[in-house]
Amino acid sequence: MDLCRLTIHEAADLLKKREVSSVELTEAVLHQVEAVDGKVNALVTVTADLALDQARRADERIKRGDATPLTGIPGVLKDNLCTRGIRTTCSSRMLADFVPPYNATVVEKLLGQGMVIIGKANLDEFAMGSSNEHSAFFLTRNPWNTDCVAGGSSGGPAVAVATDETLFALGSDTGGSIRLPASFCNVVGLKPTYGRVSRYGLVAFASSLDQIGPLTKDVTDAATVMNVIAGHDERDSTSLPHPLPDYSSSLVPDIKGMRIGVPREFFVAGMQQGVVDQINAAIALLEGLGAVIDRDASLPSIRYGLAAYYIIGPCEASANLARYDGVKYGYSAPDADSMWDAMEKTKERGFGAEVKRRLMLGTYALSAGYYDAYYLKALKVRTLIRQEFEGAFDKYDALVTPTSPTVPFKIGERLDDPVQMYLADVCTLPVNIAGVPAISVPAGFVDGLPVGLQLIGKPLGEETLLRIAFTYEQATGWHRKKPAVASISI
Amino acid sequence: MTYETVIGLEVHAQLLTRSKMYCACAADYAAAAPNTRVCPVCLGLPGALPVINKRAIEFVMMTALALNCTIPEHTKFDRKNYPYPDLMKGYQISQYDAPIGINGWLAIDVNGEEKRIGINRVHMEEDVAKLLHRTTPLGESSTLIDVNRSGVPLMEIVSEPDVRSAEEARQYLIKLRSILQYLGVSTGNMEEGSFRCDANVSIRPAGSEEYMTKVEVKNMNSFKSVYRALEYEAARQRKVASEGGRLVQETRGWLEDKGVTQSQRSKEHAHDYRYFPEPDLPPLVLSRTWVTKTEAGLPELPDSRRNRFMSEYGLPLYDARLLTNSKSLADYYEATIQMCMEKPDLRKAKTICNWLLGDFARLLNLEDIEVQESKVSPAQLDEFVGLIDKDVISGPASKKVFEEMFKTGKPPGEIAKEQGLTQIGDASAIEEVVRQVIASNAQAVIDFKAGKEQAAKFLVGQVMKATRGRANPQMVGEILQRELEGE
Repeated sequence: MDLCRLTIHEAADLLKKREVSSVELTEAVLHQVEAVDGKVNALVTVTADLALDQARRADERIKRGDATPLTGIPGVLKDNLCTRGIRTTCSSRMLADFVPPYNATVVEKLLGQGMVIIGKANLDEFAMGSSNEHSAFFLTRNPWNTDCVAGGSSGGPAVAVATDETLFALGSDTGGSIRLPASFCNVVGLKPTYGRVSRYGLVAFASSLDQIGPLTKDVTDAATVMNVIAGHDERDSTSLPHPLPDYSSSLVPDIKGMRIGVPREFFVAGMQQGVVDQINAAIALLEGLGAVIDRDASLPSIRYGLAAYYIIGPCEASANLARYDGVKYGYSAPDADSMWDAMEKTKERGFGAEVKRRLMLGTYALSAGYYDAYYLKALKVRTLIRQEFEGAFDKYDALVTPTSPTVPFKIGERLDDPVQMYLADVCTLPVNIAGVPAISVPAGFVDGLPVGLQLIGKPLGEETLLRIAFTYEQATGWHRKKPAVASISI
Repeated sequence: MTYETVIGLEVHAQLLTRSKMYCACAADYAAAAPNTRVCPVCLGLPGALPVINKRAIEFVMMTALALNCTIPEHTKFDRKNYPYPDLMKGYQISQYDAPIGINGWLAIDVNGEEKRIGINRVHMEEDVAKLLHRTTPLGESSTLIDVNRSGVPLMEIVSEPDVRSAEEARQYLIKLRSILQYLGVSTGNMEEGSFRCDANVSIRPAGSEEYMTKVEVKNMNSFKSVYRALEYEAARQRKVASEGGRLVQETRGWLEDKGVTQSQRSKEHAHDYRYFPEPDLPPLVLSRTWVTKTEAGLPELPDSRRNRFMSEYGLPLYDARLLTNSKSLADYYEATIQMCMEKPDLRKAKTICNWLLGDFARLLNLEDIEVQESKVSPAQLDEFVGLIDKDVISGPASKKVFEEMFKTGKPPGEIAKEQGLTQIGDASAIEEVVRQVIASNAQAVIDFKAGKEQAAKFLVGQVMKATRGRANPQMVGEILQRELEGE
């Protein structure tokens, strides 16, 4: 048995029965990292010593009989989640040596459960990107075809899960950054309702859109991680006070009578036929499982989603990233001849091209005289999209769409065309604009590359999503398919 | 052409909350070692998020209510973007278009008439870190940052352009500071920077209703410098206008030692703050129950206390205003009054007021200390006034006793006794001195008998001199009269 292949629930079971120890599990995972990561580059930092130390302590805890479902379970964190004493780079030159003095709330919660941190995973710089090609350090490759992109921005976390370099990962999702790479790598990715998981300690990209969520090997694990990371946090004023359900209890393989809408606007022009076929097959399957499908649902304002997203996101980012001026922490240009020169040179060299593009966009859109034409208009679109989602959820328990219009594309293919790149998120970003939850689950393959099915729920409708996703997963088993690169015998 | 001065004032006041505006760090940064009142939030570390200090919102609401503002149902926060090393996040969390208070007014006294200065808005923001510029003896300069002040709650109070002179501006600031002190929301200390004022100054032809090019004046660090800077700036603008020059919209800094304002930044170089709603803080509902409760809890404010002092203690308007302008002085006054007045004694109330506004205020000023720091307790002041009332000390001696009491904090009775300043009210003792004076001033006695009033005054003076001012002057007069007539 290769321990690194286990899911959280399988491993927890073995740990609980004391058939394996967390140290053995962690060693197996670290071994896999050594064997595989050179081929896919998922991790920016590997914390092997820390992991083994945490594993030993987890074993003690298990011995004491006070284990939780995550005690002793190895996981990786997207490198925009602050970890005390472990550098948190955001895959940017700007923060290449930044070591936070504090833990993000989610990290604190996971550590409290006895999780083992394997390392920090690669992302598009400051989470801005859809392919992981915008990491300032290196490119994370798709394990199903290493000439293809992993998806972004949580490419590192998705690939780490897909290649068994971890049992699970946390990512962040601003416009699809969990779901798109989950789809591209054949893993499960959940973006919770805005405010369901505390953002405290998540390095901000677009504060009103960012949300932390799990990337896991199956739906059951997604529920397990949600049980730990979700909940109100008084350090995040946008976090929701609503009581926390037990997400695991929604893992019931029964969707009979559930009303599911298929909004036609998500089937955009230029969508790959193979993807359309897979998604239609998935919809037919859901129908076969007893769901009531409406293939004629509509959210007409979705077509303005991309435009609104590329105003709101960059505007917020232009303020969020202003703090990186070389004065307090992070990269600081050493050869400046004045304060202003230092700040300018720091930003010029510390940020990569895509980050600069978005900062310029946001700064421009917020400038005097443009606010009403851009930001205010984008907020109006946001309101419309929210209302349309609300209207849809009067009729449906969930919406089903493709996660991405295409399967993973070739590395470099879209780098020179930002708009083509941005289109990768066209199905996912309306979800962030509306603040609702969505999950991407493996839904088959086209030419050996994975397709993801996106299920969208109403605010705080994670339980419904988990239930449908679980039912679908049980009926298909696509998630059990593993990329060849991960199974290189050691 | 005659011109009218038009001034609008922007005041920033630090709030006396225990913790900072958006984090739990202690807000009393002044006495703390540099960078010891900091956390990820006020340091602006990546990933940190702000949480609103409810007490600070309450303080701003109290101020807005005291300034007769309307409190809207909703308020929200906005990011004000500008780069500077003292601004940890690269933006300040402020309020742009939904402040906590709007459309209020504050009354000042202009030549005996009440004048209302409109209050445009009262809103909430946060202070920035402190930059400390250093130069070594070798001429190398560097800048250090103390982040303790970053995130300290700051309230901004913006007036309408209703102020017409430097003196009105001064009155406005005194009144505003007084209100903040009464509310207990700010120390209002301008020298320490917890109460700061910027002014927008313009001139316009008398009688015109239009607003002309305005100049923002900054760097005024005391009431006196506000007065001087505004006087200067209004005169400067008049001079430019009368010489046919053109005024430009700009920011000018007041140079205290040179007594002039100097251009800092023209309109073209003004910041574009790119305000937008703060996504990390949801809009805040200012519930009517919250507002009503806050309003009901407002303490007595300077104007009503002034009126009460006039009706209750019979003080004239002038005295009542001076006393109540300073909350601590007014508190001190009432503490003293309560000790000595079981039943209303308006004469005594006025005597106490005179001492407080006279010698007490003068000595506080001389020593540069606050009322609370004085060594004289209300109980001692009560005893002191009692000594005068009972003729134990005389007018001239009382001044000396008061000064000694202020210096040492000793009880006034003890001081008077020690220094031999008690009044001689013993008739036989005075008679003896009177007789000696009559005996050694034969000419004056003759003059007196010839009906010269001057002579009587001279003789009284001689008696007072012989007793070193301690004899009760009234008794001296009576005894002298009797002795002379008896001769």
